[in-house]
Amino acid sequence: MPDDVVLETRKLTKEFHGFVAVNGVDLRIRRGAIHALIGPNGAGKTTVFNLLTRFLPATSGTVIYRGEDITQLRPAAVARRGLVRSFQISAVFPKLTVLENVRVALLRGLGTSFHFWRGQKSLGVLDGRALELLAAVDLDAYAHTITVELPYGRKRALELATTLALEPEVLLLDEPTAGMGREDVGLVVALIQKISAGRTILMVEHNLPVVADLCDTITVLARGSVLAEGNYAEVSRDPAVLEAYIGAEP
Amino acid sequence: MIATEPAFVPAGSRRSGIPWGYAVMVAVGLAAPFLVYPVFAMNVLCLALFASAFNLLLGYSGLLSFGHAAFLGAAGYVTLETIRRWGLPVELAILVGTVVAALLGMLFGVLAIRRSGIYFAMITLGFAQVVYFLVLQMPWTGGEDGLQGVARGKLLGIVSLQGNLAMYYFVYAVFLAGFWIIHRTIHSPFGHVLRAIRENEPRAISLGYDVDRYKLLAFVISAALSGLAGSMKALVFQSATLTDVHWHRSGAVVLMTLLGGMGTPMGPSVGALLVTALENYLASYGSWVAVLTGCVFIICVLAFRRGIVGELGALVRRSF
Repeated sequence: MPDDVVLETRKLTKEFHGFVAVNGVDLRIRRGAIHALIGPNGAGKTTVFNLLTRFLPATSGTVIYRGEDITQLRPAAVARRGLVRSFQISAVFPKLTVLENVRVALLRGLGTSFHFWRGQKSLGVLDGRALELLAAVDLDAYAHTITVELPYGRKRALELATTLALEPEVLLLDEPTAGMGREDVGLVVALIQKISAGRTILMVEHNLPVVADLCDTITVLARGSVLAEGNYAEVSRDPAVLEAYIGAEP
Repeated sequence: MIATEPAFVPAGSRRSGIPWGYAVMVAVGLAAPFLVYPVFAMNVLCLALFASAFNLLLGYSGLLSFGHAAFLGAAGYVTLETIRRWGLPVELAILVGTVVAALLGMLFGVLAIRRSGIYFAMITLGFAQVVYFLVLQMPWTGGEDGLQGVARGKLLGIVSLQGNLAMYYFVYAVFLAGFWIIHRTIHSPFGHVLRAIRENEPRAISLGYDVDRYKLLAFVISAALSGLAGSMKALVFQSATLTDVHWHRSGAVVLMTLLGGMGTPMGPSVGALLVTALENYLASYGSWVAVLTGCVFIICVLAFRRGIVGELGALVRRSF
């Protein structure tokens, strides 16, 4: 179903004081796909993420999510619509317990997040669901550990559990396996596969075997523009891609 | 109470020291006017509430305001002026002072919260200087003299507050109420979100929280409680002076909070007690007080960065 596009950008452009970081990028992310965004360092991958989630304002171009133009929304409003991102460095709340981390995400659905007079026990109703989410990423045994004490791979798993608590429709994962040992990479790949059911995932990833394993569609960015798009076999044979990665004569 | 808690919540191993702390605080507070000069004790309580309100912002939201004296001082002036000019009952005058501080906090907050770190601190300082200047220049505030000799009046029209003992227990009750509100706020769903914002703001945004609104509410609550403290303080001394709107006061509250232990519930009160006691007992040394408190501050930052209560808490956790 090529027309079932959940997230789309049209001529998305970002300039920083004359330097064009993202240059007229057109992306079409199909519903239910695992879509990778790859490219050499400085290609503008993370900037695209920041533009999609409104952490940075675009210089020009539009972002369309479920048929709605979200280019002018506030970042929190984008997240509330179900387009949720992760970060390159692990995005956890370090001094909160593992359970509390997930609870922060669930709390928004409760509608009491401004209630400064309500007691802590009112949050107890969230604990069941929070533990369920933790169990899904094998962290239920760590529920009461202070997050800063978790090993790195577990922190990334917690981050996924927290993100999933929002029931996002589209997940944007920024280098989910960055800085991980091989066993942890395997764990995260399995996790992503597991959570991809019924969702759309757009990920920035440097680890090409991971991309080859997971992703249906790959978009290659270089110097802020789309260089190639297709499945792994197509993209990895593309001469322009090889040139951008390996480097060619000037 | 424990039975109503979900079974997997640990029996509060991290919190076991705190109820004792509260019990000691309540007992010391009840006995204080018989142990020390009541006006000194009242001054400590007012500043302890002020520092606790400040701590809600610095310790639990990660916002360093450098203009909190504006709320303390302005509320004091407003409370006394409404008593003097309109003869408002004490409770109402305190309420008016608190509301004015909250509105002032709203104004500061709306404009300052877009920035963070040093810029936030600078904007709040700038606003506080404007308030200081207004207080100095406006006709009704008495300029350099401040407002003097305003009678404390009667609580609910019945209990005379002219006596220091009655006044003390009134201040103490207000302190406990303010302290309870802060405690409640920290442990509320709102407080949960605040801690998340302090820990990792971009992540809180990516979870769909408009963090500025949460920070603003925290700022307004903190300003209102600082105003409450200021209203009470002015009433205690029956005067409102420039000292309480001066930026020195904004600095002192940072000192109290850090010395006692930022982000601990009791820390700011302990800090307020220490700083006030230092100022009081060293008063005969004149301007050397500033030098000495400065030294204390440096020692504190170098030797025990978590503050007195923070270090004690860590010690208790290590040994049990």
